Amino acid sequence: MGAAISIDYITHHYPKQEEPTLKDIQVTVAPGETVALIGQSGCGKSTLLHMLAGLLLPSEGCVRINGHQVIKPSPRWNMMFQKPSLYPWMTVRKNASLGLIFQGRKRDMRDRIDELLETVGLTEKAEVNVQSLSGGQQQRVALARSLATDPELLLLDEPFSALDAFTRVALQDEVTRLARERRISVVFVTHDIEEAVAMADRVLVMGSNPGTITAELHIDIAHPRDRNSQAFVDRKAELMGYFGATRAPAADKGGAEAEAPTSETESEQAESAATESRARVRAA
Amino acid sequence: MNREATLSADTATVERPMPVLRFADQARRALQYPALGIAGLFALWWWGGWAIANNEDTMAFASFAPGPTLTAFWDIVSSGAVWKPIESSLYRVGWGLGYAIAIGVPMGVMIGYFLTLKQVTHVPFQFLRMISPLAWMPIAVLAFATWDAAIIFLIAIAAVWPITYATAHGVQRIDPMWLKVGNNLGANPYHTLRYIVMPAIAQDVFAGIRLAVGVAWIVLVPAEYLGVTSGLGYAINDARDTLEYDKLAAFVLVIGIIGYMLDAICVRLIKRSSYHAEG
Repeated sequence: MGAAISIDYITHHYPKQEEPTLKDIQVTVAPGETVALIGQSGCGKSTLLHMLAGLLLPSEGCVRINGHQVIKPSPRWNMMFQKPSLYPWMTVRKNASLGLIFQGRKRDMRDRIDELLETVGLTEKAEVNVQSLSGGQQQRVALARSLATDPELLLLDEPFSALDAFTRVALQDEVTRLARERRISVVFVTHDIEEAVAMADRVLVMGSNPGTITAELHIDIAHPRDRNSQAFVDRKAELMGYFGATRAPAADKGGAEAEAPTSETESEQAESAATESRARVRAA
Repeated sequence: MNREATLSADTATVERPMPVLRFADQARRALQYPALGIAGLFALWWWGGWAIANNEDTMAFASFAPGPTLTAFWDIVSSGAVWKPIESSLYRVGWGLGYAIAIGVPMGVMIGYFLTLKQVTHVPFQFLRMISPLAWMPIAVLAFATWDAAIIFLIAIAAVWPITYATAHGVQRIDPMWLKVGNNLGANPYHTLRYIVMPAIAQDVFAGIRLAVGVAWIVLVPAEYLGVTSGLGYAINDARDTLEYDKLAAFVLVIGIIGYMLDAICVRLIKRSSYHAEG
């Protein structure tokens, strides 16, 4: 069963920055809902995602999942990153099993992992070292690893942006299908307008300085979504309107970028801050 | 027609199968350069022996030459006289390295993990590192009841630095994402150490151990010149006192061979502990 999330008036200041990175963010996510966070660099979307994962604590306000305040990471809400971040000394199976090993759930682990690897199409590769896999296959292993612990919430930080277009579309559809089948709530950060429209039930557009939610768009298209349908194209155009994009949607060949995906500064900032705040939690 | 015939003749030439390298061929290719190196060393040794034997001042040391040395080498091996000193020396080096690993690896993990600790320890550790372990000899003799313990201490204090710093280097190279993902998957500190940190740094630790073995093996011989009545260092000193220069050179040979073997073992361990894909 998917997690119910409530983000209660989060404001976040990074040290040495005048404007808050996030200001009075108030969002709720229903169980099983898929929500996209989209916006320009520095709008705090990655920071917000790290807070949902419990990897970073907000300066003010709090995140609640099923009513409980999030103060540390948990395998019940799993985060996937832009890089698959697999352990290169392990096989595909071992990487996928790791969450279960950490939780001491070793009973019928083999069967569970077999089933999961089949779901992500990697049965053949189970005993292979992950370094020999392609980028897309590696991200599938990361997906299997995230799903192995039966999370209630999947957090995705631009997980497909480093993949080629075909693999990206395939994985977008696969994650959407799996999340719906398992009724997992999903919150994901993206630069890619098409990705947002393809996967999300609801898109939150964020603006920067300070980071706030400036618009909300419901995508009420039935799954599986046809990317060439009029409804899909209309939604994309509508969403692009929020960024002042003047290009006609028709002229846009897949993967409309709200911004160049080169700038990772905010994501990095969130990551390093995450490490610090963890240290603080430990000290407390 | 003619043109076609020419073409097919050309193709035939091009597609002639490459000569298959048979195993013996491959072995020969793999060994010919090392063999050349060994032969070069022997030639140099032989020339040195010849020069010594033909100089009136050094004639007394003529048994350093390959001929007498290899005869003496065969003698100590066949009589079994070589094994006892080897055993004593390996015992000391083994314990010395054992302590160095037991202290160096945890210390390296801490230094690699906590930047503050690295800064705090930098000056004192570099200072200690640069003191020849043999300079501690008098203190070691005072502090330890037995010669064995003193030598083990000297080896440990020499070997601990490469292990510490190689480990710290390995820890610093850990991708922070690995720890973050582990954290997210619910790893406790034991899991993090066992499944993430140790495999990630294994190769660096073994590289440090390889350096440490080299240092330990070097420190061992002079340490055994003092006090003890066993070991390879003692055997060399003993042979000098009895003017058995052929035997002395034979033990030098033994030291070299064992040192080479220890290093080869370390190289294998480094390779086996590396997680980098082959090729």
